[in-house]
Amino acid sequence: MTTMTAQATQVYSVFIRATPEQVWEAITTPEFTTRYFFGSAVETTCEPGTPWLGWSADHAQQLVEGEVLQSEPPRLLRHTWRALYDTEAAAEPFSRVTWELEAADGGVTKLTVVHDELEQAPKTAVSVAGGWAWVLSGLKTLLETGEPLVAGEETA
Amino acid sequence: MDDDRVFKALADPTRRHLLDRLFERDGRTLTELESELEMTRFGVMKHLRVLEDAGLVVTRRSGREKLHYLNPVPIRLIHDRWIDKYTEHRVAALADLKHELEETA
Repeated sequence: MTTMTAQATQVYSVFIRATPEQVWEAITTPEFTTRYFFGSAVETTCEPGTPWLGWSADHAQQLVEGEVLQSEPPRLLRHTWRALYDTEAAAEPFSRVTWELEAADGGVTKLTVVHDELEQAPKTAVSVAGGWAWVLSGLKTLLETGEPLVAGEETA
Repeated sequence: MDDDRVFKALADPTRRHLLDRLFERDGRTLTELESELEMTRFGVMKHLRVLEDAGLVVTRRSGREKLHYLNPVPIRLIHDRWIDKYTEHRVAALADLKHELEETA
């Protein structure tokens, strides 16, 4: 079995004990994203046609660039994605990320992230394949406990 | 989505096999998955339903087709909730041991 399987369409889903509005805020404001999104600060006005950018926490380095394609707060956000943190991935064409937020029973929100149009971006596909599960796990932990996910850092 | 459902879903070899097939190539139809298993369509459907209820498989519609995707997030959550916790303790215990041995040396 190959270990470096990179799917051209990737789907990630998680239930979070929070309202769609809270999840929306957590995915669109840098105060939240720096605490679960590999430390990166997302910069976006969520207006279609404007940039969707990911910066290092100190804003010294741009990690991801994209453009907002569609925005229906607090239900749907779609933007393009080009990874700048890796030179090989940066040379590939834009792929697409869609965030779907759906209120479910019991005060929970089902968040689904679809990363697709990766057919021409195999390096990006590999690089994000492990990352999204980690990001969504961290987002869930942050919203449900108020604490970022730091793998056992405080146990020593 | 609770841990029990994920552990139960993973406790069956056919379901783990289905996850491995999806890991190799994602976004498959029931018919495609069924063709690789010695099992009735109904049997495969039943297993996929358990995986879906546990959040390990997510379905998306594409035209008239229903595509099945592997969702690794529940496994990641179990990893973060359980595996990290115990492995970190072990690492910490070894670090303590090293510290103690070096102190007394």
